[in-house]
Amino acid sequence: MARDLAPLVDTLAEIVGPRHVRTALPERVTYAKDGLPTHRRVPGVVVLPGSRDEVIAVVRLLGALGMPFVPRGAGTGLSGGALADGDAVLIVLTRLNRILKIDARNRLAVVEPGVVNVRLSVAAAPHGLQYTPDPSSQTACTIGGNVAENAGGPHCLKYGVTATHVLALEVALADGRVVELGSPGGEPWGPDLVGLFVGSEGNFGVATRITVRLLPVARAVRTLLADFTSLRTAGEAVSAVIASGIVPAALEMMDQSCIQAVEDSVYAAGYPRDAAAVLLAELDGAHEAAVAADAETIQAVLRAHGARSVLVAADAQQREKLWLGRKKAFGAMGRLSRDLVVQDAVVPRSTLPDVLETIARIAAEYGLTVSNVFHAGDGNLHPNISFDGRTPGLRERVEAASAEIMATCIAAGGTITGEHGIGLDKLRYMPLLFDGDSLAAMRAVRHVWDPEERVNPGKVVPVHACREWSGLRMGRAPNPGAQSAIRNPQSAIDRKATAR
Amino acid sequence: MSLLDRVRALLGDEAVEVAATPDGVPRVAPASPDAVALLLGTAREEGWRVRIEGAGTWLPADAPADLALTTRRLDKIPAIEPQDLSATAEAGIGCDLLRQQLADRGTWLALDPPGLAGRTLGSIIATATAGPLRQGFGPVRDHLLGVTFVTGDGRLVHSGGRVVKNVAGYDLTRLEAGAFGAFGVIVLIHLRLRALPRADQTLALEGSREDLTQVAEDIAAAGIQPAAHELMSPALARRERWLLAVRFAGSAALVAAEEAGLRAATGGRFAPLRADEGHSLWMRAAESFATRPVAFRVGGLPDSSDELLDLLQHQVGDEWISASPAIGAIRWGGEATIDRLKRLRRTLAGLEVPLTLERAPWPVRSAVGHFGAYREGVGPLVAGLRRTFDPGEAFVVAAEGAE
Repeated sequence: MARDLAPLVDTLAEIVGPRHVRTALPERVTYAKDGLPTHRRVPGVVVLPGSRDEVIAVVRLLGALGMPFVPRGAGTGLSGGALADGDAVLIVLTRLNRILKIDARNRLAVVEPGVVNVRLSVAAAPHGLQYTPDPSSQTACTIGGNVAENAGGPHCLKYGVTATHVLALEVALADGRVVELGSPGGEPWGPDLVGLFVGSEGNFGVATRITVRLLPVARAVRTLLADFTSLRTAGEAVSAVIASGIVPAALEMMDQSCIQAVEDSVYAAGYPRDAAAVLLAELDGAHEAAVAADAETIQAVLRAHGARSVLVAADAQQREKLWLGRKKAFGAMGRLSRDLVVQDAVVPRSTLPDVLETIARIAAEYGLTVSNVFHAGDGNLHPNISFDGRTPGLRERVEAASAEIMATCIAAGGTITGEHGIGLDKLRYMPLLFDGDSLAAMRAVRHVWDPEERVNPGKVVPVHACREWSGLRMGRAPNPGAQSAIRNPQSAIDRKATAR
Repeated sequence: MSLLDRVRALLGDEAVEVAATPDGVPRVAPASPDAVALLLGTAREEGWRVRIEGAGTWLPADAPADLALTTRRLDKIPAIEPQDLSATAEAGIGCDLLRQQLADRGTWLALDPPGLAGRTLGSIIATATAGPLRQGFGPVRDHLLGVTFVTGDGRLVHSGGRVVKNVAGYDLTRLEAGAFGAFGVIVLIHLRLRALPRADQTLALEGSREDLTQVAEDIAAAGIQPAAHELMSPALARRERWLLAVRFAGSAALVAAEEAGLRAATGGRFAPLRADEGHSLWMRAAESFATRPVAFRVGGLPDSSDELLDLLQHQVGDEWISASPAIGAIRWGGEATIDRLKRLRRTLAGLEVPLTLERAPWPVRSAVGHFGAYREGVGPLVAGLRRTFDPGEAFVVAAEGAE
C-alpha cells in the first residue's frame, strides 16, 4: 500500500468495518489480476462494502478526496478491466449479493450488483422464468460485472446480450451522486442512458441496483452435436444454419485442440476425438412440435453442408453433458499449459471459414498452440493461446500473434471484442477500429459522467489517440482539501455539495 | 454572401432545393455523410440554427431554424448481406424501398414503425418509434449494429460496426437511437436482419376492451409468444369495437404450433386473417398515427396496462390507441393541448412510467418536449451530452419542454 493512502484506510474502515478493508500486500495481490494472466496491477487499497449505502459513502469519500477507484465484481473478466493501480482503491462488490425482487407477473428482477449470474436463474426457476445471458463463467461472475462488460454467452445468439435485458439501473457517479436510469418497463426517461451505461466497463460509475428482464424457461429443447472433418466446412455450415431462417438458441464451435482438451478432462462429453471441429446447436421454444420440426430442418442443413454425423441429445442428462464440456472448455484448456490467453473478436459469419484458416496459419508461424471454442452463430471468436509465461520471449510472441489475429478480424469487417471488453488488454487496438474523432467523442461522453476520469482510469479509450474535442476538460481537478477530507470525510462531501 | 450562396459554394447547386419549405426556411440536401459534416461545421462557425428532416412525413417540418437539413439524398443501401443477416443503409432511405430490397434478398428488418410507408430509416431510429413487432423482436435499438452520425459542430463519429456482437468502446449507437437528433444527425446505419419469415399469420378478435384485456392476459399466461400482440381502439382498427390482433411469424412449424396454442388458450375465438387482410390491418394502423397531430408512447409494466389505458381515456381520450399489453407499451394518437400533455406526463411520472412525445406541431413539442419529468440526476447528464455533441446549439430539437 502506498504510504499516502494510509490515512484513508481508517475512514474506509469506519464506513465498511475494518474486516472489509484489505491493506496487506498478500491480500491485495489476490486482486492483482482478472481472468487474463497477461496484466497485473496491485491495488493500493481493497474495500468491500456490504450495502448500497456503504458503496455510496465510499464513492463520496473518494470523490471528495479526488482519488481514483475501480469497481470490481468477481474478477472473472478477460480484458484486464477490473484492475487498479497502486494509487487507486479497488471497490469489490461481491458482498452486495442480494436478489431484491422477483416480479413474475411483469417478468423482471431487481438485484444488487454482486449477485452471481446463475443464482438469478435458479431463483427465478420456480416461476418458470430465467435470466438468459449465460457467460461461460456464469457460476462465478456477477451481474454487476456483466452490466459493466455487456457480457454475452452461448444463448445470446437467440436472446441477446446483457444490454438487451437490462431495464433500469441505479448508479453512483464518480462524485457519489446517485442517478436512476431507465424504468422497470424498459422505456427510457429521455435518451437511452441505460444502453449507454451497459458495457461502459465501469467508466461511468458504480451500478448499485440493477433491474433485469426475465424470460420464460423454454418448454421444449433439442441439442445437436454435429462433427466435421475440416474446420472450413464447419465454418461454412454456420452460415448455412444462419441463412436457413431458423435462429438456434445457441450455435457453438470447438476445434480439434479444444475437443482433445475437453475429452482429456473430467468434463469429457463424448465429443468425437477425430473430428476437426464440432458444432453444438441448441433449439428451444414453447412448443414441442415446432422445436422438433426446426431441429429436423437444422439437422438436414448440417448434413447437407458437410457434417459427418449429427447426434441429437437423447435426454436432459446427455444435453447437460454436452453443454458441460463446452462451458468448461476454458478450464479444460488449463491442462494444455501453464498460461492461457483467451482472446475475443467478432467477424461477419460468412467470413468464418477464411478467418479460422488465417488464425491457424498465424498460430503455426508463431509456433503457438491456438484452440478455438466460440460462439459461431454470432461470429464471436475465442482463439485461446496456451503458453508457459516463464519461457523467455514467449509472452512477446503471444502478444504479437494476438495482434495479428485482431488485425485479421478487423480486415474481415469485424471487431476486436464481442463480449470481453477493451479493458487494458485491447486499448492499443482501438485506433485500428475508430478514428480520432470517434475516440474523442467517447472520451467526451465519459467526461459527462466522470469529468476527472477517476473511475477505472486508463481503460477503454486510448487517450493519446483522441483528437481534440471542444469543451474537453483534461486532467484531474486540483484538490486542496484532500488531507482535511481524510480526517473529516463528511465535511469534504458537504463542501463539494455546496460548491455544486 | 447569403446563407444559400454559402451552401451552394460548399456543396454545389444540387444540394439546395429550389422549392421552399412551407415556412420559408431554405432546405439543404447533402448527398454524402462528408457533405453533412461540412455543412454542420460551417453552421457551427456561422451560428446557423439547423433543423433535421427526413422525408417530412413524421415530425412536421416546422421548427424555427436558419436552414433545414434533409437526409433524403442519403438514400443508398451500400450492403445487404443475407449470409450474415446484416445490412448497411444510409439514413434517408425510405423504409418501403429498404423493405423491398431486403425482401428480394430473403431478409427482413423486423420493425413496423408508425407512420407512412416512405418514412426514412433515420427518422425511425432517431425517434426510436417501434411498432407492434417490438413484442417479439424488441425495440428499435435491438436492431442496430452501429451508426455513423454527425455532431452539431460537424464531426463524423462512428459507433459499433457491422457484426452482431460488439463491445468495443461505449455504445453510442444506443444513445443515438431515440435521441430525436439532439446528439447528432444519423447518416449511416448498420442493421441486424432476420430471414424473411416462412410463415406470417395474423388473427384477430373483436370485443369490449375489458374482455380483450382478459384474453390478452390468458394468452400471456399460456406462454404463447407472438411476434405482435396488439390491442387497438375501434377508430384505429376501423372496427365497431376494440380489436385484439395477434401476429405469428417464423417457420411454418412454429406458426402452426403457436396458432394451435392460441386456439387452445382462447377457445378458438380468434379469426385468422388472409395475408392481404393482415397486411392491410397493420399498415393502416401504422399510417393512422401519421394522420393525427400528436402521438406519444408510454412504457409501463404489463400489470399496469389496463390502469394506464384508463388513465389515458380519462385525461386525453382513447380514440387512437395501440397497446402491447404483454409488455406494457402504449402508443396514443390524437389531439391534445399542451396543458393536458404536461399534466399527463406528471401523473405518469408518479407511476414511474415515462411518456415520450413522438410527434406534434412545434408549439406543442417546444412546450412539452419529447422528454421530461426526468428521474433523479438524469437532467444534468442529458444536458452534458447535448453540450458535448452540439456545443454551438446548432440543432433545433425540443428535447425537453419549456418549464
